[in-house]
Amino acid sequence: MTQSVVVQVGQCGNQIGCCFWDLALREHAAVNQAVLIDMEEGVVNEILQGPLRDVFDTKQLITDISGSGNNWAVGHKVFGSLYQDQILEKFRKSAEHCDCLQCFFIIHSMGGGTGSGLGTFLLKVLEDEFPEVYRFVTSIYPSGEDDVITSPYNSILAMKELNEHADCVLPIDNQSLFDIISKIDLMVNSGKLGTTVKPKSLVTSSSGALKKQHKKPFDAMNNIVANLLLNLTSSARFEGSLNMDLNEISMNLVPFPQLHYLVSSLTPLYTLTDVNIPPRRLDQMFSDAFSKDHQLLRADPKHSLYLACALMVRGNVQISDLRRNIERLKPSLQFVSWNQEGWKTSLCSVPPVGHSHSLLALANNTCVKPTFMELKERFMRLYKKKAHLHHYLQVEGMEESCFTEAVSSLSALIQEYDQLDATKNMPVQDLPRLSIAM
Amino acid sequence: MSIVTVQLGQCGNQIGFEVFDALLSDSHSSQGLCSMRENEAYQASCKERFFSEEENGVPIARAVLVDMEPKVINQTLSKAAQSGQWKYGQHACFCQKQGSGNNWAYGYSVHGPRHEESIMNIIRKEVEKCDSFSGFFIIMSMAGGTGSGLGAFVTQNLEDQYSNSLKMNQIIWPYGTGEVIVQNYNSILTLSHLYRSSDALLLHENDAIHKICAKLMNIKQISFSDINQVLAHQLGSVFQPTYSAESSFHYRRNPLGIDRHVWPPLSGLPPLSKMSLNKDLHFNTSIANLVILRGKDVQSADVEGFKDPALYTSWLKPVNAFNVWKTQRAFSKYEKSAVLVSNSQFLVKPLDMIVGKAWNMFASKAYIHQYTKFGIEEEDFLDSFTSLEQVVASYCNL
Repeated sequence: MTQSVVVQVGQCGNQIGCCFWDLALREHAAVNQAVLIDMEEGVVNEILQGPLRDVFDTKQLITDISGSGNNWAVGHKVFGSLYQDQILEKFRKSAEHCDCLQCFFIIHSMGGGTGSGLGTFLLKVLEDEFPEVYRFVTSIYPSGEDDVITSPYNSILAMKELNEHADCVLPIDNQSLFDIISKIDLMVNSGKLGTTVKPKSLVTSSSGALKKQHKKPFDAMNNIVANLLLNLTSSARFEGSLNMDLNEISMNLVPFPQLHYLVSSLTPLYTLTDVNIPPRRLDQMFSDAFSKDHQLLRADPKHSLYLACALMVRGNVQISDLRRNIERLKPSLQFVSWNQEGWKTSLCSVPPVGHSHSLLALANNTCVKPTFMELKERFMRLYKKKAHLHHYLQVEGMEESCFTEAVSSLSALIQEYDQLDATKNMPVQDLPRLSIAM
Repeated sequence: MSIVTVQLGQCGNQIGFEVFDALLSDSHSSQGLCSMRENEAYQASCKERFFSEEENGVPIARAVLVDMEPKVINQTLSKAAQSGQWKYGQHACFCQKQGSGNNWAYGYSVHGPRHEESIMNIIRKEVEKCDSFSGFFIIMSMAGGTGSGLGAFVTQNLEDQYSNSLKMNQIIWPYGTGEVIVQNYNSILTLSHLYRSSDALLLHENDAIHKICAKLMNIKQISFSDINQVLAHQLGSVFQPTYSAESSFHYRRNPLGIDRHVWPPLSGLPPLSKMSLNKDLHFNTSIANLVILRGKDVQSADVEGFKDPALYTSWLKPVNAFNVWKTQRAFSKYEKSAVLVSNSQFLVKPLDMIVGKAWNMFASKAYIHQYTKFGIEEEDFLDSFTSLEQVVASYCNL
């Protein structure tokens, strides 16, 4: 069995990470029928030695470094060099504990200082030290109304690192998470007769989780991201008739090294208490996965171009259900000419807690372009005026070229997506084949 | 006349289990109209071919299980053990911790050389257990990384080390619409490599079996288990013993006198005349057909229709191209059953489609970096394309 190491950086990253561990334990407790009760923080780590030892590495790297002042340069250059050896040592120890280390999951936000700066610094360290281990990054992108003024600077500087050193990035924005929560609240409070929602089934809930946390403000949103990571790894952890390992995600969804940004959507968001799921309800799950309401990034994949798409299904769903829905949904989606049947699928027998089945869809789609373009615009608005630039330039190792290079890198990426989009409505033509002399 | 089965990857192992299960349960099922003596000979032959005997009487499958991650093999082993009727050998597995990531190059260039010695050793031990060894049956998919890449590597090794033994590959053709995005690349690399080292490729398409489950068997929610069982059933009815031409009850040395989709060496064919491609084709032209009949009325069954020259290419006489094998012993409780194994142009359309899709993708260079990372270069792809275009052309010219 393979292991993954979770690297949580910065305030955002750490909060998400903690939710993740709680839900992971809940999921494995349900499978292993262990009874886990409300425990102290310290004991959690001991539990992790037990049933989850083979699956998740026990040493969480919690960087509790405060005071990056929302400054990418401080996180990346200052804390990077200051703590590099210490952190590298921790990484090495984690790797030693692993029988077969397959993947690093990095969780961080883009808009701040530590998660963004130090988080991306660590990417380079991991690439150099463990070149064969995949680097999956879950990045929280700042929304337009972000209260951190310099978030565009931090994000663009971080993007360059993600472009160059990440294998796969799952961009997520807070607004989408917030919208999902609103939708759930609406459903739960709608008072529709006869519909009651199973509490554990909410994608936002930590009910039944190991630790009783104080309700933190972003808990609900963080649980959504935590569920994303659980579903991503489910097929590697549990059995199924069509397994998908983490290395298969990169292999199938990244056709060119730079184009490794995947839009995720999770369904269902909750389960109603009536037990019988007729096929129509199951099909609804597939339709929902392609609806904007379930996406973790605000984007419009249906009107953009798919390069590749993965469907990771959990629970009592069979290959015929999968095929029926792909056939049904295919006509409304546009795939790039050289990948008309670009679907990667997996079937994992074990559903998430509180559900009979679930679906995680990962799309490599040109719909991420607007997100990046907006980010670039916000960046340029600040940069033209040289606003706040001195905070960065006064950090040793930072120069204006860091900024210009970062913007170039992003522009090049946007251009790749542009070129693909240009092919969108062109008729698909078969290329002339090799002719053979008989 | 024993066959050693090599099960590779998730698909190969899942199917392998169903095949052994089907073979053994048929061997235990009722004899139909044949005599008890015949039935005992049938059972003995089936057992010797596919199983070896353990002291406590539980047959052990003559199989080697190979996968690059442990989950599927563990499941397969325990399902067999749970049946109580048969099991796999204790040391018959080779397993690693991390899969091949759907990457043919990883299966072929990394896992292959790295684990060559260990895997070949396990296979050798299994071959040595056979009193009279006939050949290998290798079960693999084309779409993934282990079955396809490592499968091609292992088959090559088997050709090097056991060149006089039959090597027959059971290949699963993936669904046309995605199980794996790079399935077309993996498929063309697999087929072109197997061309050089395998004696026979038996092909089963997931799409075709799916249709059988849906339309002929009316299964509502079709699972891979259903699909694999249909496949196993088909293979069982091909591989179980039949009378040889001398009509004494012993089995043929080769479980298949004629193989389903054989890739004949080009040098072996007579010079091909230029055929007009507008030839009015009602049938897929065949090179060879084998019909196997089991159960009631086999002696009186009329197979004359299969000898129609219109079915065969002009440079073959039906008498050389058609064979029928019979046994009165029923298969798996069916009063009568028949199976057709065919080497014909039936292959052309699916193969052409896969080559076309792979070619389109290759032209854009998409995903190529994932292969060059592990030593499979663009030239290797081009070689594969060339090989397969030749195969398509050869079959079209029949």
